[in-house]
Amino acid sequence: MAFLLFLVPVMFAVAALCVPSNRWRPWLVPLGGVAHLGMTAWALAGGHAVSGLQGWLVLDPLGKLVLGLISVIFTVCGFYAPAYLALREKRQNRFFCACLLGMLGMMTLVVLSHHLGLMWVAIEATTLCTAPLLFFNHSPRSLEATWKYLLIGSVGIALALLGSFFLAYSSIYGGDPSLKPTLLLDDLVRMAPHLSRPWLHAAFVLLLVGYGTKMGLAPMHTWKPDAYGEAPGLVGALLAGGVTSCAFLSILRIYQICQATPEAAFAREILVFIGLLSMAVAAVFMVRQRDFKRMLAYSSVEHMGILVLGIGLGGLAAFGALLHMITNGVTKGVLFLSAGNIHRAYDSKLTDDVRGAMRRLPVSGVTFLAGFLIVTGSPPGGPFISEFTILTGAINGGHYAISALYLAVLAIVFIGMGTTVLRVVQGSPSPQAEATPYRDRPQLVIPILVLLGLSIMLGLYIPNSLISAIHDALVYLEVKP
Amino acid sequence: MKEYIDPILVVILLLNFVALGASRLRTLIQAVAVQGMLLGVLIVLAHGSFGSYLVWVIMMAAATMALKGVVIPRMLFHAVREVVVRREVEPIVGFVASLFLGAVGTALALLFSKTLPIDHEHMSSLIVPASLSTVLTGFLILTTRSKAITQVVGYLILENGVFIFGLLLMEAIPFLVELGVLLDLFVAIFVMGIIIHKISREFSSVSTNMLSELKE
Repeated sequence: MAFLLFLVPVMFAVAALCVPSNRWRPWLVPLGGVAHLGMTAWALAGGHAVSGLQGWLVLDPLGKLVLGLISVIFTVCGFYAPAYLALREKRQNRFFCACLLGMLGMMTLVVLSHHLGLMWVAIEATTLCTAPLLFFNHSPRSLEATWKYLLIGSVGIALALLGSFFLAYSSIYGGDPSLKPTLLLDDLVRMAPHLSRPWLHAAFVLLLVGYGTKMGLAPMHTWKPDAYGEAPGLVGALLAGGVTSCAFLSILRIYQICQATPEAAFAREILVFIGLLSMAVAAVFMVRQRDFKRMLAYSSVEHMGILVLGIGLGGLAAFGALLHMITNGVTKGVLFLSAGNIHRAYDSKLTDDVRGAMRRLPVSGVTFLAGFLIVTGSPPGGPFISEFTILTGAINGGHYAISALYLAVLAIVFIGMGTTVLRVVQGSPSPQAEATPYRDRPQLVIPILVLLGLSIMLGLYIPNSLISAIHDALVYLEVKP
Repeated sequence: MKEYIDPILVVILLLNFVALGASRLRTLIQAVAVQGMLLGVLIVLAHGSFGSYLVWVIMMAAATMALKGVVIPRMLFHAVREVVVRREVEPIVGFVASLFLGAVGTALALLFSKTLPIDHEHMSSLIVPASLSTVLTGFLILTTRSKAITQVVGYLILENGVFIFGLLLMEAIPFLVELGVLLDLFVAIFVMGIIIHKISREFSSVSTNMLSELKE
């Protein structure tokens, strides 16, 4: 089963390479998503263990959360793909479809990997699958974005590989000669108290920088505004909701090892610092941002900061962080897909040209506004609950200064992002509104409405199964909620 | 055979300086190609007694030499022939300054590796400093040369540095993972090659200075 989970999307990708029809090929994307969702539901529902390759592939409680998230986001966004690609019928979409499905397969492999080397290979593979997706528009700007993404991403991940090697080497000096260097997560967690401290520290820093680059934490986030700004909305949604969650998971894996050592505080302090820094940097660049897609990228940087901050604070805040990974992922889908529709209608993504989107695009304009309100933490959205939980956790833990900073940044982001979003959606449509004949159509708004519905549902009612899944994940991480 | 490891690592370190001082793209790529070949030799030496792994070790070494020593450098040479008009390196930081920074980096790598506990009996004592210094050299070339091709070469040197560290962990890193790492590297360079080609068509230059449209 573990093999099927990631091999089926890869097989769909191969099929996408073979199908000759540019018109029918895109339907393989939602089809692959549905197949993946079905297998995921089966894997999450039963009490059966999903594993393979002698402990290399294990679906653990943390993995279950991320797997469910990426599967749902991919499937819903997948239904957006055929209609989107139909609008671009002249452009060859063979590699686009294959890379989307390949990305799903590799993200699943990241989730399942309990061997840090294999996990590294899978994460680098997601980078390589997404590069052609960013380049889909073939414009000079998308070329520049792809180059930066590929180079910064690959270099960051090369450092993560060095960090993984350091981690494996740290087991040599445990004072216990029977310890063999290993990259298997379960072995590393078990022998964590015996790992050599200097090597472990160096490994943690390198891995955080490496996978943090992929996740888009400041100051390694520089590729993100370019990549998200130039990528099609569909790709942005999958990157911001799916790939970043996988990178977050790989940071959690390393954290899990540090957590089992006597020096967990070291890792926590770094996570709190990087989290606050990411939030602050994002807030600075979001104020007076004229490009609404770049604004979403900075919003993603901010929320990645919130995630690692929550984990660093631990306890209830860690519970909030895992919940936030899900609520943020779903809401980012709403925002990126709506922004993609608005961009298409106006043929511009600058607030100078784009006005009155609510009249021009009655559905996408409204969902864009709703997505903004929800992602900045307005009730009744899901992120309200998760951001509030993190705040409560911070205050309960006595971190008053951090709580104050956290609230201040959220307020700045709300105002900064609000200015840009309201300029886009309000008023009467600018002359640029007639730049293209594009109108909202069912296939391009239903996926957004589904994600919006999910996001609001998570704010009003969180299923007990999700709460217990997060609890299991935290127990697995050994952060007591 | 482990006594041969140190001399080879010294050659790799010297090649870092060749790469830092290279003013022509060809010299730079040749330095990386020789480094890649030597890495293949190191894999065989690091294993010492082959035991039952003989086939795997030979396969890994052959794959490394073929990819890092032949295929990737050929792709780069091809790119130079096809798309580059001026074949100089175009450094942002001058060659003398680069060499100096490289020397400082190597010294720091030696000092830093002294602070980490290393199993000297287990393996050559030069592996950790050589690895760190090569990573730093890669970084330096990546950040201080403006052509897209030189940035790819910088990335390759950085990856070589990581690879050297992997020699310490022969038994921990299964061949499957090593092959995966090599495959990822190959595909990454391949995709970068395609993008370099597009950049040269779009901007009639492969200097990344042209890539400055996207900023705040």
